[in-house]
Amino acid sequence: MKKKAFRAALPYSLPICIGFLFIAMSYGFLMRSRGFSVFYPMAMSAFIFAGSMEFVAVELLLSAYAPLHAFLLTLMVNARHLFYGISMLEKYKGMGWKKPYLIFGMCDETFSINCTVTPPEDVDRGWFMFFVTLLNQVYWVAGATLGALLGSVLHFDTTGIEFVMTALFTVMFVNQWEEAKDHRPALTGLGCAALCLAVFGSDGFMLPAMALIIVCFLVSSKTQKKEEPAL
Amino acid sequence: MTMTVAQSVITIAAVVLGTMTTRFLPFLVFPEGREPPAFIRYLGAVLPYAVIGLLLVYCLKDAVFTSYHALPELIAIAATAALQRWKKNMLLSLFAGTALYMLLVQTCFA
Repeated sequence: MKKKAFRAALPYSLPICIGFLFIAMSYGFLMRSRGFSVFYPMAMSAFIFAGSMEFVAVELLLSAYAPLHAFLLTLMVNARHLFYGISMLEKYKGMGWKKPYLIFGMCDETFSINCTVTPPEDVDRGWFMFFVTLLNQVYWVAGATLGALLGSVLHFDTTGIEFVMTALFTVMFVNQWEEAKDHRPALTGLGCAALCLAVFGSDGFMLPAMALIIVCFLVSSKTQKKEEPAL
Repeated sequence: MTMTVAQSVITIAAVVLGTMTTRFLPFLVFPEGREPPAFIRYLGAVLPYAVIGLLLVYCLKDAVFTSYHALPELIAIAATAALQRWKKNMLLSLFAGTALYMLLVQTCFA
């Protein structure tokens, strides 16, 4: 059962392996170049396991000691995870001991796979999601550690490799689009995010975008109830 | 490094705690045994679609404000999406899309 789930999960995690290795290596290298020992990127990649926040954490560690500020900043940067949790309430139901780990390891890429991919019928969904989560975390920690150890030795032109993550979300978007009859939820996410990016700029658009998405769905849930009481 | 080891460990712990709060909170507020309110169930059904769109924009957030206004990204996204709709092979779409993007940013948009 485990073997089958592992084999089903592996191909989905391969593109993430490539993306993660490069991004995490650059993170590990960055930590080393700022004077941290290799244990820092290793522990931070394993325990924080939220890519963008780890890069922010480098700056936090280099500025004045302010743990409360660090905590609040993290809440803001990672607020999108709240949406992942609400989306996965149903899918992570009944996962037993795997559930805390599935939630702990729910980074953007793991979420996008576990949320959109339905494994083949003869594959155990719990183990499938477990291996997706585990493999992605292994790639990330390995990348950060390797980057810290070898970063200064290796040098290659990989400009643009990070696009593999954007491509991953594009594929997930297309798959969901073809699956769904109603395209309004997908367009709501895209539209609200684009609008808020234009208005608030790249540093502050996520929270307003999330709020606007909630407002849109609040309105649509009210109107849809009138149309079709089933939902 | 200006911080002591203990201070840096506490700072990292604060970031871990913040991250885990955002990941675990929905599951703690709406535990398995109890039926969540209707609106949360509605959100659980529609948010998965909206969040992937949000993530896509998140990936473009910095590129939009550069001199090319995310043009290479949008070309590669269009190619990736078209290939996925045509061949429905995730690995192929990802590798071709990323290769195209790397080619674009290392040559025409360098």
